[in-house]
Amino acid sequence: MPVVLILGATSDIGVAIAKKFAAEKYGVILASRNPEQLSPLKSDLAIRFGIDCYSCQFDAMDFGSHQNFYQSLPVKPDIAICIFGYMKDNEFVSAHPDELVRTIGTNFTGAASILNIIARDFSKRKSGTIVGISSVAGLRGRQSNYIYGSAKAGFIAYLSGLRNRLFRDQVHVLTVLPGFVNTSMTEDLQLPPLLTAQPVEVAVALYKGVSKKKNTIYVKWFWKWIMLIIKMIPEPIFKKLRL
Amino acid sequence: MKKSVSNWGNYPVIESDERFFTLKEKLNSLLKEDKQLIARGNGRCYGDAGLADQIISTVKFDKVLAFDTTNGIFECQSGLTLDKILDVIVPKGWFLPVTPGTKFISVGGAVASDIHGKNHHVDGSFSNHVMEIELILASGETIICTPELHHDLFTATCGGMGLTGIITRVKFGLKKIETAYIKQKQVKARNLDHVLELFEEYKHYTYSVAWIDCLKKGSHFGRSILILGEHASKDDLTEKQKTAPLVLPIKKQVSIPFFFPSFVLNKWSVQLFNFLYYNKNFKNEINNVVPYEPFFYPLDAILNWNRGYGRKGFVQYQFVLPLSQKDGLTAILQKISSKGLGSFLAVLKVFGKQESLISFPDEGYTLALDFPVRKGLFDFLDELDQMVLQFGGRIYLSKDARMKPEIFWKSYPHAVEFADIVRKYDPGSRFSSVQSKRLLQTK
Ligand SMILES: Cc1cc2nc3c(=O)[nH]c(=O)nc-3n(C[C@H](O)[C@H](O)[C@H](O)COP(=O)(O)OP(=O)(O)OC[C@H]3O[C@@H](n4cnc5c(N)ncnc54)[C@H](O)[C@@H]3O)c2cc1C
Repeated sequence: MPVVLILGATSDIGVAIAKKFAAEKYGVILASRNPEQLSPLKSDLAIRFGIDCYSCQFDAMDFGSHQNFYQSLPVKPDIAICIFGYMKDNEFVSAHPDELVRTIGTNFTGAASILNIIARDFSKRKSGTIVGISSVAGLRGRQSNYIYGSAKAGFIAYLSGLRNRLFRDQVHVLTVLPGFVNTSMTEDLQLPPLLTAQPVEVAVALYKGVSKKKNTIYVKWFWKWIMLIIKMIPEPIFKKLRL
Repeated sequence: MKKSVSNWGNYPVIESDERFFTLKEKLNSLLKEDKQLIARGNGRCYGDAGLADQIISTVKFDKVLAFDTTNGIFECQSGLTLDKILDVIVPKGWFLPVTPGTKFISVGGAVASDIHGKNHHVDGSFSNHVMEIELILASGETIICTPELHHDLFTATCGGMGLTGIITRVKFGLKKIETAYIKQKQVKARNLDHVLELFEEYKHYTYSVAWIDCLKKGSHFGRSILILGEHASKDDLTEKQKTAPLVLPIKKQVSIPFFFPSFVLNKWSVQLFNFLYYNKNFKNEINNVVPYEPFFYPLDAILNWNRGYGRKGFVQYQFVLPLSQKDGLTAILQKISSKGLGSFLAVLKVFGKQESLISFPDEGYTLALDFPVRKGLFDFLDELDQMVLQFGGRIYLSKDARMKPEIFWKSYPHAVEFADIVRKYDPGSRFSSVQSKRLLQTK
C-alpha cells in the first residue's frame, strides 16, 4: 500500500484530499497541530476505505521539531502533501507583529522547513512526490492580501527550485494554486460562486496532477488566465488599483 | 451572510445565516454566540423544522467513528447520511434497522424525527435501535444519554425536532442480512377495504407499504398496490448474483416509478396511466427479487424531484389514525380525493405499537400525500386537521409546515411533558425553529 503524508489534515481541503487518496487505496498519515481532532477522520478513513491510517502531531511553526517529527513517523511516505496555511485579514496582520510573523512563519518558513527534510530523504531514496499547496495570491502582491501573498510567493519559488533540484533524483514536485475555495477559512467572505472551487475539486485536481506528474496546476482553468492578466498590468497602473 | 434556505417541500423559504463545522471545537465556539438557533441535517424534512435565522448545519460533521462488524453496532457523527452508511455496512452483511423512503438523510435527522420505515409494525422506529446519543445542550455542556441514562432527555430528543440540543454523535444497532437483495411481492387490491385486509393477511412480512390510486371513485375507491418485502437469502438469488450477494450491480438506470410527481402532468394522463398499470401491466400478484435500492428508495434515483412542484413548493400531509378508526381513514381520504387538491397517489402504511413521548408513530393507519401550495390549500388542510383530531390522530412534525398550535397540543398526548423537559434543559429557548415558534409559541 503506497502511503501519503498529509500535513495540515484538519483543514477542509486536507480532509477532502485524505478521502480522495484513501479511496484510491493509499495508506494515510494525518498530521496536524492538534492530533485529537484527527481521530474522527482517522476512524472514518480506516473503516470506510479499509486502509491503514495513522495520525500524529505536527506544528508548522515549531521549526525545531520538524526533524524529529519526520524521523518518528510510523512509515515513510511516498507522497508528502503540504496543505497547512494561515490567513487573517491583512489590516489586522499588519497591525499585530506576532500575527505577521505567524503568517509568514506558517505559510513559508514552516512549509520550507518540513519539505526540506522530506526532500532530502526522497532524494536519497530516488523516488517520491512532494506537493505544495500555495495560492494564486502569491503571483502578485496586492494591497488587500500582500503579507499572506508574499509568504505564498516565497513558497511558489521554493517549490519551483525544489522541482529543479530534485528532477535528476526522479522526485516529482507539484505546485497547486487553488483560487477561491469554499472552506471554513473563507466562510465569512463573499466569494464569487463561479470562481469558487469546492474542497473535493481541489482533491481531484491534485490527485490527477500527481498521477500525471504535472508541475503546476490551477484547480479551475480560468485562474491561470485571470492571473496572467493581473501579472501583466504594468506596475505604474497596478499601484493605483484597489485590488 | 444570509441566504435563502428551504427544506424538501420548498415551502417556506426563509433568509438564514447557515453555519458549518467539522470540528467540535468550532461547534462550541459557534454556540458561544448568544443567539437562538436550530440544527439542520440534510434538509430532507418537508417544512419549517430545521429552519431558523441561525442554522447550524451538520453536513460537514460526518465521520464514521466505529463499526463493530461482529455485533452490528455503528457509531458516527450526526451529519453522516444514510447512503454513506449503507455503502459501508451492506458489503459487510449489515443493514439499517429502520430506513425512510430516502437515503439522503442524516443520522441526526433520523433521531430528531425518530423516523419510521416500511417495517414499523415489526421493528419500531429508528430510536428503538439507538443505544447512545451525544448532544450539546443550551448551556454548552456535552451530555451522553441512553435509554437508561438521562432517560427524559433521551426520549425528548428522539422525535424532538432538534429542540433539546444539537446531536453530535449516535450509536445504534444494525440488522444482519445475507444479501443486498429484497424478495418482493406486489399484490393488487380492489379498494380500500381490500388493501386493509391484505395488510392484515400479510402482517408477518417485515416490509409493507401500499400505493393508493386517489383518482378512482365508487366501488374501486382506494384501489391500490400493496408492496411487501423480505431481505432475500442467498438461495433466493440467481447464480450470477450469488457470486457477490452483498454487492449491488453497478448502478444501472433505475426505471422511473409511475407515481413520479413531476410527470403528473394532469389528472387525465395519470388516470390513463393508472388504468393501464392496474389493468394491463399488473397481474394480481407479482413476485420477484430486486436490489434493495429501488425497493427502499424508488425516488432517490431522480434527484430533486421535489422541484417538479414548481416554485411555490408543496407540503406533504402525513397523519396517523388509531387502528379502530378505519372509517375515519375512509372519510379523510374521500374528502381529499373529492377536493382534488392532493396528489393522485397516497402512501398507506400500518404502524405497530409504540411507546413514545413526541415521536409520530402510533399503532394505526398512516397516510401521506403531497399537496402543491396554492390558494385555499391551507384552509382545506385546517379542515383536515380537525378531522384527524376528531378521529384521535396526529400529524407528522417532520412533514408539517402549517399546522395550528392548538392542533399540536391536542393531538400529541405528551406534548406538555415534552415541553417541560425542553424547558428544563433549555430554559431560555436557545434552540428554536420556525416550526417550534409556531407550535410551541416560544419567544
Ligand atoms: C423522499 C422522502 C421520503 C421520506 N420518507 C420518510 C419515511 O418513510 N419515514 C420517515 O419517518 N420520514 C421520511 N421522510 C422524512 C425524513 O426522513 C425526515 O425529515 C428526516 O428527519 C430528515 O433528515 P435530515 O437529515 O434531512 O434533517 P433535516 O430535514 O435537516 O432536519 C429535520 C429535523 O431534525 C433536526 N435535526 C437534524 N439534525 C440534527 C442534529 N444533529 N441535532 C438535533 N436536531 C437535528 C432539525 O432541527 C429538524 O427539526 C422522507 C423525506 C423525503 C424527502
